[in-house]
Amino acid sequence: METVRKWVQVIIGFLTNSSWSFPFTNVIYQGPLKVICAPGLNCYSCPAATTYCPLGSIQQLLGGLRFALENGQYYFGFSVFGTIGILGGLFGRMICGWACPFGFIQELLHKIPTKKFAIPRILSYGKYMFLLVFVIVLPLVLVDEFGSGSPWFCKFVCPAGTLEAGLPMLLLQPNLRNSIGLLFLNKFVIMTIFLIWAVFSSRPFCRTACPLGAFYALFSKVRLIKLHLDEAKCTNCKACHHVCPMGVKFNESPDDPECISCLACMNKACQFDAISLEIGGIPLAVPDKGLSPAGKS
Amino acid sequence: MSQTSHDLRKKRPIRKAPFVVIPIFLILWMIGVATGEPARVLEQAIQVCLSCIGIG
Repeated sequence: METVRKWVQVIIGFLTNSSWSFPFTNVIYQGPLKVICAPGLNCYSCPAATTYCPLGSIQQLLGGLRFALENGQYYFGFSVFGTIGILGGLFGRMICGWACPFGFIQELLHKIPTKKFAIPRILSYGKYMFLLVFVIVLPLVLVDEFGSGSPWFCKFVCPAGTLEAGLPMLLLQPNLRNSIGLLFLNKFVIMTIFLIWAVFSSRPFCRTACPLGAFYALFSKVRLIKLHLDEAKCTNCKACHHVCPMGVKFNESPDDPECISCLACMNKACQFDAISLEIGGIPLAVPDKGLSPAGKS
Repeated sequence: MSQTSHDLRKKRPIRKAPFVVIPIFLILWMIGVATGEPARVLEQAIQVCLSCIGIG
């Protein structure tokens, strides 16, 4: 199942970044597919991006809301919130585990063999602050003399934008290099910190700072597809604690907002079939019977 | 399907919450589409956002 998940991550990463003409054109994709929302964090200024980033669009729409209202345009971001709300209602943070390119990059970095460190649970609340303050409040409230707000998260924090769009665009368009300043340096440092941190800790950005992960986490109890704990079968052996890349103690918190439904606990840890994947209450899959106990880690 | 999942299917009730939440966001999405928001989103997405990538 882990192989399937990896392939899904690769395929979705490719589908959301499938415009490979940029080395010849030096510009980003500008076709009609960009009206489609990327399920995960995927900067739409990435030269290969064929979809729009929900976080970037929300900030742009909210930042331009005053100007839009003055012109009789009611761009509150409903279509974007609606899209990611539908995705959240269906999959929740399963999107993070299966469909986010930046999550996939962090997973690959974490495979580098080094000593690994846990992330304190309290840091997981940071992403809710980023969602509320940097994505919603600041673009709405802090506006320039023309009434336009900035995409605060994209502008000052987002490491995915720096990695997927900032660096490639600097390579493709040399004239942009003259514009590099403290703003880019700040974002470059943040990106570097998260990428190095990802080597030592599992998915640090997803767990501490991703506003999109925070939004999907709000659906942890109500999402259609999620993992289910059969308490009658659970022996509280805590094997699920050791395999979870998000630090979830599944037997203690089966609806944990951090759960990305990577299925590691179901397939790699639980030997008692206490964990299953369900859709709206109906079992969708039971633990992978192909794994022998010896193969479990 | 194994006996395990068969048992689970019999015991577990259908969860109604997703069937309430998803239509709410579907309506929200339709309102956004009706106001012409996707055209604005597309307009923004086909331009390089310099501040988004830390340059502007």
